Amino acid sequence: MAKSLGPVKRKFSPWTDPTSVPFIRFENITKRFGNFTAVENLTLDIYEREFFALLGPSGCGKTTLMRMLAGFEEPTEGRILLQGKDLAGVPPYRRPTNMMFQSYALFPHMTVEKNIAFGLEQDKLPKAEIAARVEEMLKLVKLEQFAKRKPSQLSGGQRQRVALARSLAKRPKVLLLDEPLGALDKKLREETQFELTDLQHTLGLTFLIVTHDQEEAMTVSDRIAVMDKGVIMQVATPAEIYEAPNSRYVADFIGDINIIEGAIVSNSGAASGGVMLDCDGLKIAVDQECPASTGDRVAYAIRPEKVRLGIEPPADTAVNAAAGEVYDIGYLGDFSLFLVKLDDGRIIRAAQANIQRLVDRPLTFGDRVWVHWSRDAGLVLTR
Amino acid sequence: MAIDTLSPPLPPEPKVELADDAGRTNPARWLIVAIPYLWLLLFFAAPFLIIAKISLSDTAIAMPPYTPTFQGFGNLGTFFSQLDFENYAYLASDSIYIKSYLNSLRIAAISTVLLLLIGYPMALAMARAKTSLRPILVMMVILPFWTSFLIRVYAWIGILKPEGLLTVLFQSIGLMGEGEQVQIFRTDYAVFIGIVYSYLPFMVLPLYAALEKMDHTLLEAASDLGCPPWKAFWRITFPLSLPGVIAGSLICFIPITGEFVIPDLLGGADTLMIGKTLWTEFFNSRDWPLASAIAVILLAVLVLPIVYFQNQQQKAG
Repeated sequence: MAKSLGPVKRKFSPWTDPTSVPFIRFENITKRFGNFTAVENLTLDIYEREFFALLGPSGCGKTTLMRMLAGFEEPTEGRILLQGKDLAGVPPYRRPTNMMFQSYALFPHMTVEKNIAFGLEQDKLPKAEIAARVEEMLKLVKLEQFAKRKPSQLSGGQRQRVALARSLAKRPKVLLLDEPLGALDKKLREETQFELTDLQHTLGLTFLIVTHDQEEAMTVSDRIAVMDKGVIMQVATPAEIYEAPNSRYVADFIGDINIIEGAIVSNSGAASGGVMLDCDGLKIAVDQECPASTGDRVAYAIRPEKVRLGIEPPADTAVNAAAGEVYDIGYLGDFSLFLVKLDDGRIIRAAQANIQRLVDRPLTFGDRVWVHWSRDAGLVLTR
Repeated sequence: MAIDTLSPPLPPEPKVELADDAGRTNPARWLIVAIPYLWLLLFFAAPFLIIAKISLSDTAIAMPPYTPTFQGFGNLGTFFSQLDFENYAYLASDSIYIKSYLNSLRIAAISTVLLLLIGYPMALAMARAKTSLRPILVMMVILPFWTSFLIRVYAWIGILKPEGLLTVLFQSIGLMGEGEQVQIFRTDYAVFIGIVYSYLPFMVLPLYAALEKMDHTLLEAASDLGCPPWKAFWRITFPLSLPGVIAGSLICFIPITGEFVIPDLLGGADTLMIGKTLWTEFFNSRDWPLASAIAVILLAVLVLPIVYFQNQQQKAG
């Protein structure tokens, strides 16, 4: 059986099926504000019932992309299709999308109940139906006893739930979440992330989340688009993004990583020896298919937790191994991060899970150590 | 242990006073709270009591032109026995006073509505203007204050009088023939024009303050939930600007009710306003007690509804 990358959250991968039709399609979208290009010739497909994340640093164009789908901005070029229909010229109040705003944007003069009912009232639903739907939403976000409160009388977490309930009340075809958990503390945020995923699976709606928090994107979403300067760098599942980033940018943006510059010595395919690299004396062997040819300058990327650390030298010290001394230690509780200064001056980050409470001989500053890794632990990045 | 005996004794911990306790007994704190109350007592309560007392007196040909006057604490009994509600009874008996009150309230109410209708769109446009433009717009609203209020009202005479600028303008663009003239001066219309012009900044500024701090994403949220812009105005923008609407309306309505200068300069002989009536009683008739009674009633007419209204507001908020 072929190895797979990381755990599989659910059996859902319409993007791998060439016959499936995208639910939302951004087609060659460009958005300019004056001289500034926020989004540049971007094409992206999102599928029905998918939980999709737009991830990137602030100013990368992710929010602009979402606002164009909601209708608050019109693309300068290109078109947005929802279920095959062009959304150009359709005002926000006629689009079947609802947004949960970063600031929550709750109406301060209305009670929780009224806030949730607002969207339903616009559809002129019968009063009884609105009341039933509001009650259902309040139950969903566990705020039944707060129905008559004003937003100012709620905590941050409760407000966030009201905002979620309000945006879900109309059963939108697409729910847009703009940095929805940014204002919550870490514990509550984590809890809510799992709740969001559950909710999305139960309701069977399409969710599009915008975030700069990679952990959040990885926890909740089926696929992530990593963006930089208005361009998508990679679209893939969280595990693929983490374990098989396609570029230095993505590798560096998501999680912690060692990037070692080097040149290709030989490249003979994953089956017959793989890629050999020479990184200023450090020999690295990788089992990988790689489009680069001998002599090309490339980067070798390896995550700290995949670097092994020990006082004893490994069996083979010629390849994928280097000696150095402990330069700095970060104790994170679950993990310890060691900065090892190799004899040639390079710093390698190695993480060790603290699986034992008591250690016989803990590593400390200045200890002579070996770092080494297996042939499939890291990968060669050509761009 | 050995090390302990070697180390010098620790200095005693400094006593930390809790700031809160210190504040409660601090006389300076009470002084700060007392100053505004003292101010109100001296410049509002005391003059009002004097006016109230005069309103209960009788006119006299003397200086000051009323009796009784305070003759020391020994005669306090006779002093109080001479006070009565005669002036108030007189106010109720002559319909000119009631008419003046009612007409003042009517003019103030209509003016306030006009001010709202003109001021709200102005304030909204200012609040929605580019951030860099807003201080300039606010400046332009405040600009008229740089000229004396009286001069500005006089300027309106020059505009509105039959041979004034308005007539010249209308004649030059052909709206009026040679012999025709604008007949607004010395009518209620001129009073309305003068009032709306003079009070507009007082309406626009509180409205602008309320609208400017409104979060624009609320309107995006409303739109996102299916609410078109014109409906969003009535459901979101207007209710959230209500504090500004109320503040602006009160700030305009109250002084307009007592307005004297504008009706006196622009209004006609038949423009009855309580401020004018009061002035006539005080200066022309030299009836200080009756004028004081008018002032006391005016205060009651304005203050009581406002106090009631603010109570309601606090309960609702």
